[in-house]
Amino acid sequence: MLEIKDLHASINGKEILKGINLTVKPGEVHAIMGPNGSGKSTLSSVLVGNPTFEVTKGSATFYGKDLLALPPEQRSHEGLFLSFQYPVEIPGVSITNFMRTAVNEHRKYKNEAPLTASEFLKFMREKRKVVELDNKLANRSVNEGFSGGEKKRNEIFQMAMLEPRLSILDETDSGLDIDALRIVAEGVNKLKTPETSYIVITHYQRLLDYIKPDVIHVLYKGRIVKTAGPELALKLEEKGYDWIKEELGE
Amino acid sequence: MAAHQQYIDLFEQAESQLCKHSVATLNAPRREAIEALDKQGFGTTEEYKYTKLETLFAPDYGLNLNRLHIPVNPYEIFHCEVPNMSTLLYFVVNDLFYKEEQRKAHLPEGVVICGLCEAAETYPGLVEKYYGKLALVDKDPVNALNTAYAQDGLFIYVPRGVKVEKTLQLVNISRADVDLMSHRRMLIVLEEGAQLRMLACDHALDEKNFLTTQVTEVFIGENATFDFNELEETHTQNHRIANLYVEQEANSQVQLNEMTLHNGLTRNRTSVILKGEGAEVSMLGMAIADQKQQIDNHTFIDHAAPRCRSNELYKYVIDEESIGAFAGKVLVRKDSQHTDSQQTNKNLSLARQARMYTQPQLEIYADDVKCGHGASVGQLDETALFYLRTRGIPEREARLMLMFAFVGDVIKHIHLDALRDRIYHLVEKRFRGELRNCVGCSICK
Repeated sequence: MLEIKDLHASINGKEILKGINLTVKPGEVHAIMGPNGSGKSTLSSVLVGNPTFEVTKGSATFYGKDLLALPPEQRSHEGLFLSFQYPVEIPGVSITNFMRTAVNEHRKYKNEAPLTASEFLKFMREKRKVVELDNKLANRSVNEGFSGGEKKRNEIFQMAMLEPRLSILDETDSGLDIDALRIVAEGVNKLKTPETSYIVITHYQRLLDYIKPDVIHVLYKGRIVKTAGPELALKLEEKGYDWIKEELGE
Repeated sequence: MAAHQQYIDLFEQAESQLCKHSVATLNAPRREAIEALDKQGFGTTEEYKYTKLETLFAPDYGLNLNRLHIPVNPYEIFHCEVPNMSTLLYFVVNDLFYKEEQRKAHLPEGVVICGLCEAAETYPGLVEKYYGKLALVDKDPVNALNTAYAQDGLFIYVPRGVKVEKTLQLVNISRADVDLMSHRRMLIVLEEGAQLRMLACDHALDEKNFLTTQVTEVFIGENATFDFNELEETHTQNHRIANLYVEQEANSQVQLNEMTLHNGLTRNRTSVILKGEGAEVSMLGMAIADQKQQIDNHTFIDHAAPRCRSNELYKYVIDEESIGAFAGKVLVRKDSQHTDSQQTNKNLSLARQARMYTQPQLEIYADDVKCGHGASVGQLDETALFYLRTRGIPEREARLMLMFAFVGDVIKHIHLDALRDRIYHLVEKRFRGELRNCVGCSICK
């Protein structure tokens, strides 16, 4: 479904991604780990079309389409989703209005009629349950005054609403307490189907206890330097990244 | 020749004509007013820094000194109803008040809504007591001009303890076959404990140049409640200079809301004296401008008694080559302890050529007060825009959502539910570019 080849990207002339190769197939869960500043968030930003990054080389195709040629909204319509590491606060835009517009734009893209107000509210009610998102929260402005945990829960709620084919979870576990982590992770698992895939960016093994990855990649200095099975996460948790740096001859 | 001179000259020629079609109460201050205009002129002062009166008043406009009624029945041609809002509906065409007799029946006992001349003759003393007492002719050239030339106007009186349940809707229509200048006048008196909610909307029917001055004087008695929403929805050749003066007695509650949705050039002055202890005023302003539109709001709040509250929130969205200006002065007098005052002016600038001028001004002479102010000019939040787009919302829609949220912050404070919904609807149309003219009338469709 997703095929990234030799992807290079930079910000303000500074190259951050220096040749990423990654293939994700339907139903797979990939974890990306790596020390701070290695380019993990840049990779997710570039994939969803953040205009502050410039792709200088390489390609990314999503179900055969040239992902990099699409504006952010179309990437979303095609089924790509990013759970932001730092979700944005948008005063004055209610979650309900936001999601109703988003869902109906997705439907428009698929040539489906927009949901009526009552259909939408019913749909939203179902999805809210998945992440135990309080109705009071849903009536508030997007992320405004939300706690860290509430923001992350809101991200997964949006994921539930938009039913993406590939979701990138960018440090969705950061800033979460144990209970919030469990709710978020269980939400993700409930939404998982044999066709949906995930790229989970994390620093910690604990999220991977809930969301079982098929493959672990280590991103370092803008390149994927190691790819292995789930046991790699445990080893990293125990030993850190120094041994990888040594392997690289640093 | 300075622009004001032609109005002095015209006055000398037309004084008898002006007076003949008016009444003694309105005629009495004319001479003094024209002398005050002569003295002040239209020269640039700090007050009129961004609205150049000299340029504005220079062109030749027609004046309807003989009070010829324009052959329209606004009740038949004009539909500016707010859905789900039951209103007492009145029309002013240019500066002529149109009245429909049967509507009087709906008014509570003692409430008067009629032409200013009629009121002066029917209720001697009442109009005289208030007319021209707040809009001083020597303080502002537009007050002077208006007072010299206004021949009639609208009078609203709500006696002690009477609550008017229905919203009073006043529709001002500019209608002419030639370029026209009108001088509108309003006098609103709410006695102790009275209540009135009001919506006044401005429309321009013909594609002519209109220059309208409007002077409104409002007297709010103790414990009275007054809501005054003004909505301008005219065209780019419409020029409006409106001065609103409000005097509040103790524990009265007032909400003033100036919304400029579509216009040519608008200058609103809103002046409030919190005269009695515990009086409260909430001032809202929403201004949306593009093309070469210009919106200039001047506000002044005089905290003249202790324990009064004022809250001011003005928001502008300026695009293309439009100009926005906001100057807000708050004066807290020496004995006005425990004043609580907040002023906020936030502006969204969507184009490089658009200009915004903002000038908060606080003068505080009391030492135990809570006063704050803030002003900002910014662009749409790019990170928020991107966030919305990653959820599948196209850029244009995402922009609209953010713009809508920005002014929604003002609209949400409007007390009247139905009006609030209507404004949301109109603002959305405006942002989508579907509101280039008024939406209500059958004439311009």
